[in-house]
Amino acid sequence: MNIFDVIGPIMIGPSSSHTAGAVRLGNVARLILGEAVREARIGLHGSFAETHQGHGTDLALVAGLLGWATDDLRIPRSFEFAEAAGLTVAFSEIHLGELAHPNSVRFELTGQEGGRSEVTGASIGGGRVLVTRVDDFPVELTGDFATLLVTHRDRPGVISLVTGVLGHQGINIAQMRVSREQKGARALMVLETDQTVTDEALRAIAALPPVEAARRIQID
Amino acid sequence: MAQKLSLQQWIAQAEEKNLTFARFCLQRQATDMETTEAALLARMEALLPVMRDSVQAGLRGQRSIGGLVGGDAVKMEAFRAGNPDKSVVGPVLSEAITMALAVGEANASMGRIVAAPTAGSSGVLPAVLFALGKSHGLSDRQLGEGLLVAGAIGMVVASRATLSGAAGGCQAECGAAAAMAAGAAVDLCGGRPAQVGEAVAMALKNMLGLVCDPVAGLVEVPCVKRNAGAAAQALVAAEMALAGIKSVIPVDEVIDAMGSVGAALPATLRETARGGLAETPTGREWAKKLFAGEGKGKDASR
Repeated sequence: MNIFDVIGPIMIGPSSSHTAGAVRLGNVARLILGEAVREARIGLHGSFAETHQGHGTDLALVAGLLGWATDDLRIPRSFEFAEAAGLTVAFSEIHLGELAHPNSVRFELTGQEGGRSEVTGASIGGGRVLVTRVDDFPVELTGDFATLLVTHRDRPGVISLVTGVLGHQGINIAQMRVSREQKGARALMVLETDQTVTDEALRAIAALPPVEAARRIQID
Repeated sequence: MAQKLSLQQWIAQAEEKNLTFARFCLQRQATDMETTEAALLARMEALLPVMRDSVQAGLRGQRSIGGLVGGDAVKMEAFRAGNPDKSVVGPVLSEAITMALAVGEANASMGRIVAAPTAGSSGVLPAVLFALGKSHGLSDRQLGEGLLVAGAIGMVVASRATLSGAAGGCQAECGAAAAMAAGAAVDLCGGRPAQVGEAVAMALKNMLGLVCDPVAGLVEVPCVKRNAGAAAQALVAAEMALAGIKSVIPVDEVIDAMGSVGAALPATLRETARGGLAETPTGREWAKKLFAGEGKGKDASR
């Protein structure tokens, strides 16, 4: 936390956790999908389910999916803009279990180019967020750091190929986590880096044969 | 934040170096954030126009999303302008009340605000800073320093207790905002760092135990008027501190007490809308009127 987390963010009201946090969750979900969203099925859990209309949480989630910032004055009209952008949205109430944070949401997204992603996350206060699941993989993503998300086939040497590209580009890895569905199946690498991942590095990693997709997750 | 910060320690260091608290915070924060003092202050100052716009938005009389609030800032402004001799509290507090309501209403109507420390308590700091700015002829540079002092105080509160209504009740939001504004006010009016600490302690003490009980779960009732109340508490505490009045309980201990009171509050009184004003017959009636029968947004067409 720094002083601008206390005095700030600049945002559209009324609630830092229900509105600003919701925008950021939408931002991260869109970046994880890696393309413009065509269809979003949004499940709301807990307090998000109870009070999303009064807080404009629904409007804010859609604004985030459109890639807007927390202080975008169009947020109250995000549904209109979504329609114009060819984004259809459906909300439902879901129950993610007693352990889930009360301000949780699950996005099932389909992209304009046909890609699909399922993202679960929570607004944890003051506008800060934590994404806890991407597709079937558990993660801990805040969007605060430069983060690279790589989906790939689980086979020997992939990690060294990916980290090799980053190393050559002078990008230092602060933390990384790899998980897989099962041996030899689809796997997910989450890398937090000290430097922003360049377009060149992103392209090079995406072009590696075992890699399905490489996406850069950073907001603000 | 794992490490507990100490306002008492910072105050002692500022006094020792014979710096105003704003100067001390500026030096400390610039070092911490690996930036220059000028750049840091410029970033703070850049928030002032956003705060001013949020006051203006509220003074245009917007209605909130839930429709529970809106138009009260306009009423206060008309009263102040039309009947200054009828004012009970005098021009500074009257203006602060007006601006706190204005920002609170702008926030409730999805206007653009600066969360300070949260969206629900965003009216307090602009109200106190701008009211004092007018009465004391303060520059934007000075108001920026005021924001910096407020931010530093907020960081200590966040590290020792909480700034979240869901975790600590409204004392953590409006209470912290009042404490932050009180400290800033003392510094802006020429008080010593030690007096900043006394003001923070006294403001927070007067807000201790404040529950978070939003009607229908919205940031409308009682949040908007509570911002005005918190602004008043900030000014009262600053006035006492400048007079040399001290808090018997040291400021860090007051902040810790706020944290433990917050943790002891039942969940019904921590932003769940299951207690307090939210559970009054009228509060329940509003919740029913706003959310019942709508299936709580099962479709995307609001």
